[in-house]
Amino acid sequence: MRHMKNLNKTTKDNLITYGMVIAAYIIVEILLKAGVISSLLQGLLVPLCVYVVLAISLNLVVGISGELSLGHAGFMCVGAFAGAFFSNSVKDVITAGEVRIFLALLVGAAAAAVFGLLIGIPVLRLRGDYLAIVTLAFGEIIKNVVNVFYVGIDGSGLHISMKDKASMGLAADGNVIINGPQGITGTPKDSTFTIGILLILVTLFVVLNLINSRDGRAIKSIRDNRIAAESVGLNITKYKLMAFAVSASLAGAAGVLYAHNLASLQASKFSFNTSILVLVFVVLGGIGNIRGSIIAAVVLTLLPELLRALNDYRMLIYAVVLIAMMLFTSSPAGMAFRERFSLKRLRERTNEKEEAQ
Amino acid sequence: MKKLLSLSLAAALAVSATACGNSDTGSTGADNTDAPAAESGTEAEGTEAEAPAEGAADGSVFKIGAIGPTTGAASAYGTAVMNAAKIAVDEINAAGGINGYQVEFNPQDDEHDQEKSVNAYNTLKDWGMQLLLGTVTSAPCIAVEAEAQADNMFLLTPSGSAVDCISGDNAFRVCFADPDQGTASAQYIGENGLAEKVAVIYDSSDVYSSGIYDTFVAEAANQPFEVVASEAFTADSKTDFSVQLQKAKDSGADLVFLPFYYNEAALVFTQAAGMNFAPKWFGVDGMDGILSGVENFDTSLAEGVMLLTPFSSDAEDELTKNFVAKYGEQNNGETPNQFAADAYDGVYIMKAALEQAGCTPDMSASDICDALKTAMTEITVDGLTGSGMTWSAEGEPSKSPKAVVIDSGVYVGM
Repeated sequence: MRHMKNLNKTTKDNLITYGMVIAAYIIVEILLKAGVISSLLQGLLVPLCVYVVLAISLNLVVGISGELSLGHAGFMCVGAFAGAFFSNSVKDVITAGEVRIFLALLVGAAAAAVFGLLIGIPVLRLRGDYLAIVTLAFGEIIKNVVNVFYVGIDGSGLHISMKDKASMGLAADGNVIINGPQGITGTPKDSTFTIGILLILVTLFVVLNLINSRDGRAIKSIRDNRIAAESVGLNITKYKLMAFAVSASLAGAAGVLYAHNLASLQASKFSFNTSILVLVFVVLGGIGNIRGSIIAAVVLTLLPELLRALNDYRMLIYAVVLIAMMLFTSSPAGMAFRERFSLKRLRERTNEKEEAQ
Repeated sequence: MKKLLSLSLAAALAVSATACGNSDTGSTGADNTDAPAAESGTEAEGTEAEAPAEGAADGSVFKIGAIGPTTGAASAYGTAVMNAAKIAVDEINAAGGINGYQVEFNPQDDEHDQEKSVNAYNTLKDWGMQLLLGTVTSAPCIAVEAEAQADNMFLLTPSGSAVDCISGDNAFRVCFADPDQGTASAQYIGENGLAEKVAVIYDSSDVYSSGIYDTFVAEAANQPFEVVASEAFTADSKTDFSVQLQKAKDSGADLVFLPFYYNEAALVFTQAAGMNFAPKWFGVDGMDGILSGVENFDTSLAEGVMLLTPFSSDAEDELTKNFVAKYGEQNNGETPNQFAADAYDGVYIMKAALEQAGCTPDMSASDICDALKTAMTEITVDGLTGSGMTWSAEGEPSKSPKAVVIDSGVYVGM
């Protein structure tokens, strides 16, 4: 009986999360139809989806499997370039945008998953700070490797060079797809808000189901006590790798969405800063709290844009808000404040009073 | 407890989103109700208030938006552009405006990031922008140009030099394109017999630098000199050039081509002097701040450096002197660089085109764009960065780069 009740609570909790995303979608769609949303917000809809997916996927590694990963932007980069490369190659063959981005999402997610596995095998043998350092290095390596790639296509097939554009030996009618540091330009703009929301829902479905599955419980037990988990016969590497690879592939999908929203894509975007940005979403939303990640990603992406009227001061305000949020969510005083004014406590207190009367 | 937190955050989000939606729809709907607020925002930057623009709050002002990095790593370029454009706008307003209408100017920051740049573009659209000056840097410009092309918004980039920056027929630029610079440099070196063996050091992680490098090498094949070494560095390793310089030295190069900005070039000169390597140096327009833009740099090291540039702040003509003086006055005595000059010209180019087409501010952005597409090919502008500039329908300016050499601390024409 007790077990049933617990299960119901989790299911209810998850349904609230799905409901929140769907409600946001419906409200925005209605507002779009009514034409009352500013161009700025319209332009932000797809990036919001990208960051929400990134935050959820990183929360799987940081919150659920308990490893600090600082290279999330690296996986996003792999996904973005794989997806954009695919779309640019088949631009003339597949003309339907929805089909093209669906396939690109699969390609990007698969490519990022492969890298997640490759990196994960050696890296997940490390713990704590070491893992953070290696993932950080990985993100930078990916960025720099992508930066030196020149890939072109012509009648006789693919040409790849790691030196410069001229050494590719491309025929005159050839088409340069990845142009070193200039990256990929001219990717079809296939990302839409609907596709973004669908990707969020798929991400939520994958992550929430993984968390509440047998495997998810194994992953969490490794996080809570590695030795105890090992002693009951759990395969530590397997479960950690599972969380890491799933997270990587979802980040790759977010990268594809990102790449198909802008006409120019450069590896320099996927630097250490982007990884930290996503980590900030996760930490401020609450480590291990998926719904919190979504909200934090939305708030912190919107904030600097909504503060544009303040010009350069907005970065200052942004930092102050970050600190305030941090204090509110994690400092002892903030916790006590929330405890005292939480709805649940208020309700309990009124109930107590009523009972006393 | 968590529920309360998420609830309050969601509520805060909803409030902020609707608040923003409201104010923005206000500004697109009634166009000018929001303008004073936006204006006071821009003026908070420290320049004096411009009285004329406020007087024209009845919907009869040209709204020029500008996008560039005023914060972040590339902020030097964006800030220069915004400051210079502001000077030009103030001058135009003081002289009676364009076709008798005042000009309102709204600079937006993009942090040298494509995504932020598109956000800035959308913000300006909400503000009611009719013409776009920008964006300043190449990569964001490509992203913004895709949006502007879809909206049929007139775009004039002062300094976006990558080829794709002006891919649509709505877009024009003030500066040279990267390929033109690379080709022109190679031709200049070849035709004047400056060297037989040339080494190139370039920033492979930078669009501008690698873009010039690519075309330089392509053109070098047709020229009577040989590229004996091409050494790359990246934005992450742009402080130590000893390896690249050593390789250039070992290859026996008698001229080193440096297609990047002056900050790095100053380091290259200092380090080369330290290792007794003294070839001929040849730079591009990014080099032109070398004499005044770098602190604690011994400018005697830059003696004999040759560069192709459209603008030099020491030029003796009236226009340049006036601009340099005004810029210094408003910005703590700074010397304007080529970005500033491009932006200043950009505003005057817009003015010339608007006058040629006879546009009025009550036209929509798309109508203005259509009118300017033809007008741009008809005008001739004398500016800081060249006299008799004209434009092709593709958006490329035709002006010839001036080769100058640094002699006794000043630029001398070659």
